[in-house]
Amino acid sequence: MKAAANPTVQTFLVCILLLAMPYWMPFVGGYTELSIRILVLGLAAMAVNFLLGFTGVLSFGHAAYFGLGAYGAGMAIKYFDFGTPLAILAGALAGTVAAAVVGRLIIHLRGVYFAMVTIAFGQVFYFIAFRWHSVTGGDDGLTNWHRMPLDIGFGQLDILGNDKALYYAVLAIFLAAVAAMAKLIHSPFGRTLVAIRENERRARFLGINVERHVWLSFVISCFFVSVAGALFALLNNFVDPRVLRWDLSGNLVIMVVLGGMRSFWGPLVGAALFVVLQDYVSSMTENWMSFVGIFFVLVVLFFPRGVLGLVGARSRP
Amino acid sequence: MSLLEIRSASKSFGSLLAVDDVSLTVEAGELHAIIGPNGAGKTTFFNLISGLLKPTAGHVIFEGKDVTDRKPADRVGLGMARTFQITEIFPELTVRENIRIPVEAAAGLKLSPWMPSHTGDTVATRIDELVRMGELAGMADRLVGELSHGDQRSTEIMMALALNPRLLLLDEPTAGMGDQETYSISRLIRRLHRDKGLTIVLIEHDMRVVFNLADRISVLDRGRRLAEGDPKEIAANAAVQAAYLGKTV
Repeated sequence: MKAAANPTVQTFLVCILLLAMPYWMPFVGGYTELSIRILVLGLAAMAVNFLLGFTGVLSFGHAAYFGLGAYGAGMAIKYFDFGTPLAILAGALAGTVAAAVVGRLIIHLRGVYFAMVTIAFGQVFYFIAFRWHSVTGGDDGLTNWHRMPLDIGFGQLDILGNDKALYYAVLAIFLAAVAAMAKLIHSPFGRTLVAIRENERRARFLGINVERHVWLSFVISCFFVSVAGALFALLNNFVDPRVLRWDLSGNLVIMVVLGGMRSFWGPLVGAALFVVLQDYVSSMTENWMSFVGIFFVLVVLFFPRGVLGLVGARSRP
Repeated sequence: MSLLEIRSASKSFGSLLAVDDVSLTVEAGELHAIIGPNGAGKTTFFNLISGLLKPTAGHVIFEGKDVTDRKPADRVGLGMARTFQITEIFPELTVRENIRIPVEAAAGLKLSPWMPSHTGDTVATRIDELVRMGELAGMADRLVGELSHGDQRSTEIMMALALNPRLLLLDEPTAGMGDQETYSISRLIRRLHRDKGLTIVLIEHDMRVVFNLADRISVLDRGRRLAEGDPKEIAANAAVQAAYLGKTV
């Protein structure tokens, strides 16, 4: 138990499990697409946790930026014939720019007020996607496009036809994004965010411009969430307005809390549990969400620090 | 030029006038104590200096600059640092991590997404120095939330000091402490003042501490400045005695 609480050991275990996931997933009743969904939603949940767990700010509207990433990537391919890397960049840009603008308007709010306003802005984007049929496909979604094979210098990676190739392409992006987040959290800037989480007044009186730092954290978090959204669009070859809706925002927060928001890998574990549970239970009943709900309540009651909180010792920082 | 000058500052909350036209001048190198009965407006006055509150009238001048409209974080940048009556620290971080954050802030790394290789050692050395100065060496890797009140206060003072302030503001540094802790905190304050020549303004209830440490004392009562002088003058002042004993002069 003690070794499992060590962050280095956790990182090592997670990397081994992820590298081999397409090969062990079938033995536990899963399939490669499910593995990719775990990576994509895991990245989104970890991005939400950058803001929630490491800055102490709760956003209930991150689906907006996830969805903008998805629509950005999908429309870049559908309307402009972008290749895969550029499509991901387009999605990330769409989500990040929107977050920068929205963030500027809301950073002076705190706590519940901040959370409420993030939902409201999220719903604005949802209704735009829902109504603007000629561009977004409205309720029917953005269709008639698909991801393109990936050029990697010496050849092509067939991420369209070969699902394992897609898995490893997504894993590479996932690991790069996660490494960047870890690096940021353990930087002087990251420590100012933890300072804000721990005691906002003290942070101010250490000379930290709290609004600017929260804004930066929000934008960084939304950048990573929109990368996840772009990957989600590529995975499905399809985008519909539900990726922008408040219930996805809520699900991302649930994943974070399930896994443990004070631990770095917690949200990934939470996302894996959520996605697998959803896949498994929804094959049996349409009311899968109530089972996820019960599971969530049990975790919150008995392991308030999340599943990874179980393995003991507090996680750093 | 005085280091700090408060010009007829007032602060009202609705109809309550918490600070009423108080002026104060603090010279560089001075240890200035603000005393007064409960509800005298000491903490409100302190908050006007540090920027937590904005005065309804009057000005705060720091090193010749009018900082009345500056936010707390800006005032820190100009060289003011403070502690609070109820310790404001990062309880779930260790002593070293608590001190590291202001040390890095003072080194201009607040927005730095990585640790520049040449500053890593300087930062580490500075943290060690502050840990030693605060007599926290034995507990540097423990969570601050687990420490005694006195050690938490000492950590908070070291965090303020890490910012290299030219003015240190201490709001009741020995509040709620036993004799032993009161003694070690006042010894720490004396060291900072005598050895480092730091300018300090403090609010204090413990008269032993005040008369021991202060160069000058200002007495507030019901939001107004009742008296100002060196400890001897204040001890002999009839109005001050009356305020503390509740008599009318």
